[in-house]
Amino acid sequence: MTAKVAYTDVEAGTELPTRAFPVDRERLVRYAGASGDFNPIHWNERFAKDVGLPDVIAHGMFTMAEAVRVVTDWAGDPGSLVEYGVRFTKPVVVPDDGEGAVIEVAAKVGAKLDDEARTVQVDLTVTSAGQKVLSMSRAVVRLA
Amino acid sequence: MALDQSFVGRTYPPTRPFEVGREKIREFAAAIGDTNPAYTDPEAAKALGHAEVIAPPTFVFTITFQEAEQVVQDPKLGLDYDRVVHRDQKFTYVRPVRAGDLLSVTSTIDSIKSLAGNEVVGVRGEVHDADGDLVVIVHTTLVARAAEGA
Repeated sequence: MTAKVAYTDVEAGTELPTRAFPVDRERLVRYAGASGDFNPIHWNERFAKDVGLPDVIAHGMFTMAEAVRVVTDWAGDPGSLVEYGVRFTKPVVVPDDGEGAVIEVAAKVGAKLDDEARTVQVDLTVTSAGQKVLSMSRAVVRLA
Repeated sequence: MALDQSFVGRTYPPTRPFEVGREKIREFAAAIGDTNPAYTDPEAAKALGHAEVIAPPTFVFTITFQEAEQVVQDPKLGLDYDRVVHRDQKFTYVRPVRAGDLLSVTSTIDSIKSLAGNEVVGVRGEVHDADGDLVVIVHTTLVARAAEGA
């Protein structure tokens, strides 16, 4: 495991580069196929509305996969991730309007956890259409 | 209807091994749009100290979630699966999943709680490789929302 960011170079409060990940219906179909999660709320508008959703919504696990890219791209080695957890609070609604939705991710070092293991906690803020879609979203990563 | 608390601590038999292939990892990385070469290029993975291409962090959920679903669909547990939503997800990694892994999942019901009529079930999946070594622990919390008028 070889992260490219050194533990000694970060402090609590260090901000990671902010990212925006677009998501449209095609992306959800691809994710359904690759993940094996074919729940129709993620691709069938009629079904989604029948069960009370405003429209088709993204897989929570898709949003979780996008959000952590901010951490793995920053650290350089995705294998340096020690822990990653989220709570799904609001769905990412993906309209079929030629544009879809955007998942916006901001992140900062919340705490330096262990000087010997060189682990830090990264706190993520994940929103779509101005709404927080994940909460308690945290990663622990081992730095160089 | 309250769920049967005696299910807390119940462990289900390990699944048959799932073989992680390079192309499945490539497909998953492409689906999430993640171009990190550690997922697709064995040389890039080696440069980072990995013996093989590794999988994106959430990839392992594609292996564990079907097992977690089966556990909570155990009719004796009594969960109304039509009302279930995924509330929390957490991974604790010993090492990244990599191509060539033969992974087996052992699921345990960690907790059953009732909160304002919602049934909250925590399932822990321990993922082991062919040598029996722990690779990752996957914590999945599912909520069955209270039926309307209940």
